[in-house]
Amino acid sequence: MNNRHLFVLVTALTLAGLSFFLYKVLILEVPVTPDATLMQWNVEARINFQGVGDPIKVDMFMPQSRHRYPVLDFSFISRDYGLTSGNRDGQRLAVWSIQAARGPQTLYFRCRIRDLGARYVEPGPPPTGVQPVTLEGLEFEAAQAHLARIRARSADTETLTALLLKSFNKTPLPANLAPLLGPRPTIAQKLELALNLLALARVPARVVHGVELVEQRRRAPLISWLEVWKNPGWVAFNPKTGRAGLPRTFMPWYFGPNPMVKLSGGHDLEVNISVLKIHTLAITQAGDLGQAAQVLALRFSLFSLPIDSQLVYRILLLVPVGAFLLVLLRNVVGLKTFGTFMPVLIALSFRETNLGRGLLLFILIVALGLAVRFYLERLKLLMVPRLAAVLTVVVLLMAALSILGHQLGLEAGLSVALFPMVVLTMTIERMSVLWDERGPAEALKQGVGSLLAAVIAFVAMVNSYLEHLVFTFPELLLVLLAATLLLGRYTGYRLFELPRFRALARKDA
Amino acid sequence: MLGLIRRLSRVGLLGINQRNADYILPRNDRAKYPMVDDKLLTKQLAERHGLSVPPLYGMVEIYRQVRDVHKLLEQHEDFVVKPAHGSQGHGIVVVTGRVGTGYRRANGSLLTPEDMGHHISNILSGIYSLGGQPDQALIEYRVQFDPVFEKITYLGVPDVRIIVLLGVPVMAMVRLPTRMSDGKANLHQGALGAGIDMATGRTLTAVWRDRIVEEHPDTGNRVSGVEIPHWGTMLDIAARTYDMTGLGYQGVDLVLDSARGPLILEINARPGLNIQIANRVGLRPRLELAERHLAQLTTVADRVAFARLHFGVDTPAPRTSTKI
Repeated sequence: MNNRHLFVLVTALTLAGLSFFLYKVLILEVPVTPDATLMQWNVEARINFQGVGDPIKVDMFMPQSRHRYPVLDFSFISRDYGLTSGNRDGQRLAVWSIQAARGPQTLYFRCRIRDLGARYVEPGPPPTGVQPVTLEGLEFEAAQAHLARIRARSADTETLTALLLKSFNKTPLPANLAPLLGPRPTIAQKLELALNLLALARVPARVVHGVELVEQRRRAPLISWLEVWKNPGWVAFNPKTGRAGLPRTFMPWYFGPNPMVKLSGGHDLEVNISVLKIHTLAITQAGDLGQAAQVLALRFSLFSLPIDSQLVYRILLLVPVGAFLLVLLRNVVGLKTFGTFMPVLIALSFRETNLGRGLLLFILIVALGLAVRFYLERLKLLMVPRLAAVLTVVVLLMAALSILGHQLGLEAGLSVALFPMVVLTMTIERMSVLWDERGPAEALKQGVGSLLAAVIAFVAMVNSYLEHLVFTFPELLLVLLAATLLLGRYTGYRLFELPRFRALARKDA
Repeated sequence: MLGLIRRLSRVGLLGINQRNADYILPRNDRAKYPMVDDKLLTKQLAERHGLSVPPLYGMVEIYRQVRDVHKLLEQHEDFVVKPAHGSQGHGIVVVTGRVGTGYRRANGSLLTPEDMGHHISNILSGIYSLGGQPDQALIEYRVQFDPVFEKITYLGVPDVRIIVLLGVPVMAMVRLPTRMSDGKANLHQGALGAGIDMATGRTLTAVWRDRIVEEHPDTGNRVSGVEIPHWGTMLDIAARTYDMTGLGYQGVDLVLDSARGPLILEINARPGLNIQIANRVGLRPRLELAERHLAQLTTVADRVAFARLHFGVDTPAPRTSTKI
């Protein structure tokens, strides 16, 4: 046929399979090995306060799944409190409430967060407008005067912001700032003033609060940062130094001027955030990730299936690998087997029984089945009834082996039920026909060949690394398909046909 | 191992993968397979093309007819029962005469009428057919093979296999039954295969069970140097079968009947590769040479003349292409 057509097809399949595979490995960082571990963090917020017997309501901003920091799951420990969700400043809130509580109260929020790396930083939604100015009278005048001075020295939004923040931290404070900030201003006060001044300058800005994801920290501070909009994204500034850029492992929790937790009906509110880095098997995350991050390639992976379907596909996807091995064994090596893919099916059942036990049971059943088949041969039965009879005998043999094994306390006997009985029956039939026509030597040769192929297929298919590869990257089967197509046009010699033609070589040499 | 592969490739040995991928798959249209897989169809087709086949006495198509088959068999002293879709000689029973109501087989054993009925039922049930499909039993003329083979055959009927590429006969061998092959002419069942000089129709050395031999293992007579009668006719028939079946790569099996001359026994769409051992030469150079000159070979006579000219032992062997 047209070989060029085949090569084009093979190249296309290989490229498609490999590029999708590489995309997942390099860009999405899907692990190539089943036991690769991933960094993720357990972040916990503990909320303590005192109840005085009044109705209590506590609300807390919840961290949201963002591209770089998908929240894999979260949970609450809230005893008798009712838990609802709410919304403030367009962000999700967890709201605890109770009719009456007295004494020290503790509420927990826990979540598991993964860091996908800096590539995943989102540009963020553009601002809806400039934040409102909340200054009046004298303060307004002072703010305008200060802004005018800073503005005179700045070139653009970024330098303006940086200079503003720096001026807040000068000692002594510039004259105009003293009435605005007062003595010993807090970070919150500085940020509020910065928002006001930037509003006067018509620069959209917001405050972001978050934590630094470090190895382990019990009282992680909630860090507040100033962000100004500079098309196309938000630029963050450290309010203490005026320097731009967020810490590398800063995880934004919520935005806006409000405190993270608001309490009504109690007092002595205390919020503690703790961060702990944990290692999990990377592969358990690929699925979580698909749901958390909106990456299409991961959302539409086999991991999105229910667990029991996943288990089925874990095995099904190995069948092409076994089939490919059989192509190699039959067309390149020249091994003879009963039935084209019978060894793959046998290898599949070896996966369940384990190899030694599987081989023993298989040989036992085939040998017993053959004996019965030879007896039936003397009755001169027609083909279909004879096959049905052998099938019945095979099922009875399997049942008998299971019962016998169980009575003897051998668990091995039970796993015999996992063998595909039709495959066994056809093996017995073909083997006996071959036995009659070509003699026991040829029948045994092909029987051993089949078992050998089954063992080789088993060794490949039981490999957890391979299982992980084809299940996580089913696109690799496209590459396998390409290789199979190529082998379909393999015209070289088969290894086992060489000895047959040895006489030809001798004459010429 | 690599040295062996290189040497075999130099001889032009055609391997099973290359036979399938380069000759059978592209040249043999699957739709034409039934013509050769069904021996009844082959027989009818050959007769329509004026090619001789062993005459058909009758056939059994359904189980009901098995009871009446003995009436049909009564009319013939000797005959052959074979499955229409059989392969490799399986299921063929050769009856040479009668003993009372029983039948005497070529190997000397006896069959009762019940045995014969059961055998025919087995054929109908598809035991001997490819894929176990229901089959028909053919009852046909028993070939009285030419006395030239008497000394170098044991029981059974020797046949001549000719490989034909697009109507050009490229290689031939004669297959001689032995005691081991139980009268069958199949090499892997233990029959002897002797290569044939395409130019003269004279046998060359023989192969028996992957070994090169000079004498027939049962009769002890020399196998090589035997001139096959009607060789020209055989080549002519072989060349014509391409026009009959349209299969680009086929093996034609002929028998030489002492009265009727060469008869087509069957045609094989997937002929085996052992013929290369019997001839001690690879098929590939001959196939490639024939392909190159195909355009000039318009008539049957051209194709036969080409085969005799290029594929004889005394003519220099065609060069093996360097392509791997």
